[in-house]
Amino acid sequence: MKTVLAIEDVHKSFRVGFIPKKKEILRGISFSVNEGEIFGYLGPNGAGKTTTLKCALGLIFPDRGKIEIFGRPHLEPEARAKLGFLPENPYFYDYLSAREFLDFYAQLFRIGKAVREERISSLLKLVDMEKARDLQLRKFSRGMLQRIGLAQALINEPSLVLLDEPLGGLDPLGRKEIRDIIIRLREEGKTVFLCSHILQDIEMICDRVAIIVGGKILSQGPLAELISEKILFTEVILSGLAPGELAGLGESLSSPGGRLLIKVFQEDKIQEILDLVKKKKAKIHSLIPRTQTLEDLFVEMVKSQ
Amino acid sequence: MTIKTIALNTFKEAIRDRILYLLFFFAALAMIVSRILALLTVGDRAKIIKDVGLASVSLFGTLMAILIGTGLVYKEIEKRTIFTLISKPMRRYEFLLGKFFGLVLTLFVILLLMSIIFLALVFAYTSAIDWRLLLAVLFVFVELILITAVAILFSSFSTPILSSLFALCFTLIGHFSWSLETLIKKIPAGALKVLAQVAYTILPDLENFNYKTEVVHGLAIPAQTLLYSAAYGILYTVFILMLAVLVFRRRDFI
Repeated sequence: MKTVLAIEDVHKSFRVGFIPKKKEILRGISFSVNEGEIFGYLGPNGAGKTTTLKCALGLIFPDRGKIEIFGRPHLEPEARAKLGFLPENPYFYDYLSAREFLDFYAQLFRIGKAVREERISSLLKLVDMEKARDLQLRKFSRGMLQRIGLAQALINEPSLVLLDEPLGGLDPLGRKEIRDIIIRLREEGKTVFLCSHILQDIEMICDRVAIIVGGKILSQGPLAELISEKILFTEVILSGLAPGELAGLGESLSSPGGRLLIKVFQEDKIQEILDLVKKKKAKIHSLIPRTQTLEDLFVEMVKSQ
Repeated sequence: MTIKTIALNTFKEAIRDRILYLLFFFAALAMIVSRILALLTVGDRAKIIKDVGLASVSLFGTLMAILIGTGLVYKEIEKRTIFTLISKPMRRYEFLLGKFFGLVLTLFVILLLMSIIFLALVFAYTSAIDWRLLLAVLFVFVELILITAVAILFSSFSTPILSSLFALCFTLIGHFSWSLETLIKKIPAGALKVLAQVAYTILPDLENFNYKTEVVHGLAIPAQTLLYSAAYGILYTVFILMLAVLVFRRRDFI
């Protein structure tokens, strides 16, 4: 498998304050993104996600370390020719219309006029913004900016797309649409690098993830390997039984509207509960086995730091 | 190619900015007022119109170069539009030069419009077109190019208000530095004289671009002087732009 983005032992610190004090943001970040995958870069606010991204894009210069894009040093313009980038909270030239804006960015990639027109139309269609084609960006809502930002990131038909919080500020429908677009990009053979702190999104679409906390990568690998498939416990909701009758079978949590929620940790105890329910003519409302989620893993890691 | 694209976009940005029209309005107003002013004066009224007209072109042109120039680069950084630009396949100097040429183009168009109004006003009074006025405007343009470069240099590391102040100081110093020459002649040889000479060499002399008096009073200007002024303007501009590129090259965009 080909590596499209390789980051090796990158350090970065900033001097902050009136009397400059060194603040380390990245403390030796290393990871690589393979061709054709959706790579999730996960971390709490202020962990260094955006800083890593900016180093890769040449917006800031790392103190130490090596970054390669498509096997070239990342500061070469050629390395960035096949790169798309959507920043967090995108803000663009508000005096341009959507069409003018995309046209300007397409020109920066030296794309010919005919191809430009065609691509702008298809991208506006992809992000569902055809109606705003000639509207100035200053009149755009937050969600519309996010969409036009994504269109901008795809204007050069990039092989690698870097997205910083692409689902931020969108309503549930908008999130689903953008998620679908990201999955479609993978189907087209593109590589997607996704920064986010919204675990649900990453869990749904990413193939591999890296978790960064406090400027260090704590864990990385295929999603399936990071979170165990083992059933942690089973949640049972039932009614018609008194809490006392279930003593020793599981941890009884709450009883909303006469229903009982029990956490059962051993599998054989589930059978006992079912037998008891049958005997007492009680009722089972739901029975859900819980595996570890990315959230569990994430919370565990952030807490351990 | 990249420089051209950015320059054209900068031009678009500038001409969609309201401040430009406000300044343009005042410049036109000042030129028209010169017509009224001429009525109140004894002597050659055409000279008054020409004099005030050229001064307006110079003053409002300078204000435009400073106010728009200092905002241009800073706005890109502040509003973070620069993130998506620098991450495109381009070098940082291309971005900076694109901004510079975009503003120069804007100033060119504005000066052209002002010149047309100006020539028309003079024509209405004297029934003759004084083409030499354009020579004076041309050197105002050379001066504005230099001021634009200075505005961009300051705005690549400072806020618009500070940059505007710096650029304004640069312009003021530039218009009075010739008095150092007189000073040098008057003080006796010694450390102070050397200091004054060094200051005079480093400081810009914007009076090099001032041909207003010669043009208004119909005095002859040797071609050599014009050539010297043009070369001075170009070299100084290149020097300032090089500094700006150096500052910009290693900057972190947080």
